[in-house]
Amino acid sequence: MIDFEGWSCPAPLRDTPHVVAGHGGGGAMSAELVRHLIVPGYGDAGGTADRDCAVVEAGGARLAFTTDAYVVQPMFFPGGSIGDLAVNGTVNDLAMAGATPLYLSAAFILEEGTPLADLGRITAAMGAAATAAGVRLVTGDTKVVGHGNGDGVYLTTSGVGVVADGVEIEPRRATVGDAVLVSGDLGRHGVAVLSCREGLEFGTTVASDTAPLHGLVAAMLATGADLHVLRDPTRGGLAAALNEIAATARVGVELTERDLPVPDGVADACHLLGLDPLQVANEGRLVAFVDADQADDVLAAMRAHPYGTGARRIGTCVADHPGMVVARTALGGTRVISMPIGEQLPRIC
Amino acid sequence: MCLAVPGRVVRVSVVDGTPMAEVDFGGVRKDVCLQYVPDAAPGEYLIVHVGFAIQRLDEESARRTLDEFTRLGLLEEEFGEVP
Amino acid sequence: MKYLDEFSDPDLARSLLRQIHAATTRPWALMEVCGGQTHSIIRHGIDQLLPDGVEMIHGPGCPVCVTPLSVIDKALAIAARPGVIFCSFGDMLRVPGSGRDLFEVRSAGADVRVVYSPLDALGIARDNPDREVVFFGIGFETTAPANALTVHQARRLGIRNFSLLVSHVLVPPAISAIMESPRCRVQGFLAAGHVCSVMGTSEYPSLSQKYGVPIVVTGFEPLDVLEGIRQAIVQLEQGRHETRNAYPRAVPETGNPVARQMLADVFEVTDRAWRGIGTIPGSGWRLTDRYRDFDAEHRFDVTGVHAAESALCRSGEVLQGLIKPHECAAFGRVCTPRQPLGATMVSSEGACAAYYTYRRVAG
Repeated sequence: MIDFEGWSCPAPLRDTPHVVAGHGGGGAMSAELVRHLIVPGYGDAGGTADRDCAVVEAGGARLAFTTDAYVVQPMFFPGGSIGDLAVNGTVNDLAMAGATPLYLSAAFILEEGTPLADLGRITAAMGAAATAAGVRLVTGDTKVVGHGNGDGVYLTTSGVGVVADGVEIEPRRATVGDAVLVSGDLGRHGVAVLSCREGLEFGTTVASDTAPLHGLVAAMLATGADLHVLRDPTRGGLAAALNEIAATARVGVELTERDLPVPDGVADACHLLGLDPLQVANEGRLVAFVDADQADDVLAAMRAHPYGTGARRIGTCVADHPGMVVARTALGGTRVISMPIGEQLPRIC
Repeated sequence: MCLAVPGRVVRVSVVDGTPMAEVDFGGVRKDVCLQYVPDAAPGEYLIVHVGFAIQRLDEESARRTLDEFTRLGLLEEEFGEVP
Repeated sequence: MKYLDEFSDPDLARSLLRQIHAATTRPWALMEVCGGQTHSIIRHGIDQLLPDGVEMIHGPGCPVCVTPLSVIDKALAIAARPGVIFCSFGDMLRVPGSGRDLFEVRSAGADVRVVYSPLDALGIARDNPDREVVFFGIGFETTAPANALTVHQARRLGIRNFSLLVSHVLVPPAISAIMESPRCRVQGFLAAGHVCSVMGTSEYPSLSQKYGVPIVVTGFEPLDVLEGIRQAIVQLEQGRHETRNAYPRAVPETGNPVARQMLADVFEVTDRAWRGIGTIPGSGWRLTDRYRDFDAEHRFDVTGVHAAESALCRSGEVLQGLIKPHECAAFGRVCTPRQPLGATMVSSEGACAAYYTYRRVAG
């Protein structure tokens, strides 16, 4: 047994003086940029950095508040567009705090030369997604940057929602003995986007799973179960989501590889490109940590909801190896599911 | 090294004088260069590395390997050890 | 037959494992040459399921890991030039040179693109006739035919703004170098299946004889790897040392003669430095004179770039199985996958990175 406790990275930020692509990958580099540069810059004015969504008190109400920027390339992909993501992603960040999403804002950064027809398709997708999610887009902004200074359309949406009394859903509440659930199969969004990315194009029937999840969360809360943690495994995939939760709550997570729902189309694309499906993004899935005694009730409620039909239990929260996620392989060995570092890249070896 | 995966030829063509194929990897489709397996026909399985077919897969030999695994397993069950 | 799931059947895998246990009477040290096999072993937890004393030494078969520092520095220098589009397999972007990696060069304004195939880079050259397009041609014998055809096409189609930065390496000379090392502990090899798909198996029997080691040509799915290990151990237990093919579905004895002919036309054998190991005579390929015009080292005059490796890093000893990754003082402290010092931490399939990433849990 190696002593892993003594390990530390001597340079929390890589010794590059510039922003590099990995800072946006949703893995260790993104987290460290926030923790070591952004939050310290805010000083006393900042909040905690361990959540995608803040829950604050305002005027006697518990408000959930979140913001998210969307720079997806390409802007249109099988199953959706940057417009769908900008609404559903922000709705989901609110939902993962147990909030009922209410209002969204949208800021557009437009590159000179972008066809207005593209922008029209994006705003129509936003409207349709907002209607489907039952939220309203009530304010916004537009700016234009020169040709070559953007990739068509960048979008930032912010959202507010209300959190009912008694709902406390936070990563630090992950508890030894919790059942770990996912709402459906994994990796569809990331594979759909990769399939039409310049230089990697491949044909696939896999489409993005983008969907608003607050209805599913409401159905889970309606069982009366105490949901400890909810997380949407977006950038960095299930691996990043579980590692963040394990690190925040100082618990271990043990998965059974056989139970991980990876659809064939995702598995095959990942095999071809040398990617780990557990590190591939999802945009319509959630991970839940709930008391094991209540897991069956929650699973039944999830499966009865259109966005949770593929829900299943994938593992358990354990006292061993705190901060680490470990999977039992089909052959009976174990492997560590590590935190992705930066960008996912196709590999040849 | 050398992440190479099996795929099935869907259709063949010639591009710029080079034989190419659309290859199906369990639903994922990618164009693959057939320069090194030029006589590959639709339905055949190839090993593909960085967009190139480097070898065709031999079904008979694959079956023999699997049969051998099964046979060794049965021997082991029967005699408790393998010769 | 899909050639994938059939070869990862858990029941057959357990049966093969039982046979390996039954066949093993004493400790053996085997080396899987290929990084893809290392990946499979760790990904499926195979090393934890082998008999005590059967040790898998992770060999130097990861082209990303062994590409020498000076070649990376040349790549960085070329990529930073104005007007260049530098294309690479994704793996190479994170590999640090003396100072920085391709990601950082890109962040400073260079046009660095990830491609799936070298032919994609040729397409970029054709679409951008006013730019110089350079492809980073790394890899073992498996990858070389793709790079060979690409440069052959460039010449045939007259695409003059394309060139190849070549750093190809070869497996058999590496096996010799490992066996010639005075502290060598390797008693048997799993040879790299896909290298043999191209090259065939004829280079290996003489190595088995000369060094008295079994060499088993092995595939990459769990059952393939287990069968390679089983055959090597059975030979060792019986005192035999032969070359055997445990991956016949993808490896005919003659390999791929069409590919080999193209390789002979485009490349010639040269001495090659391996990151962490040093120069191995006759262990690489470079472009022949006919293709000299397409050699990026000449076109961009970077032949004079040299670089020194980290003095702390002991990756050479790790690659030869002389020490385990965690026995290096730098491991996990100043050397991590984020900030790798040497070859074996560089790629996710390098022995040190694999150890770090899939670090074993107690029990």
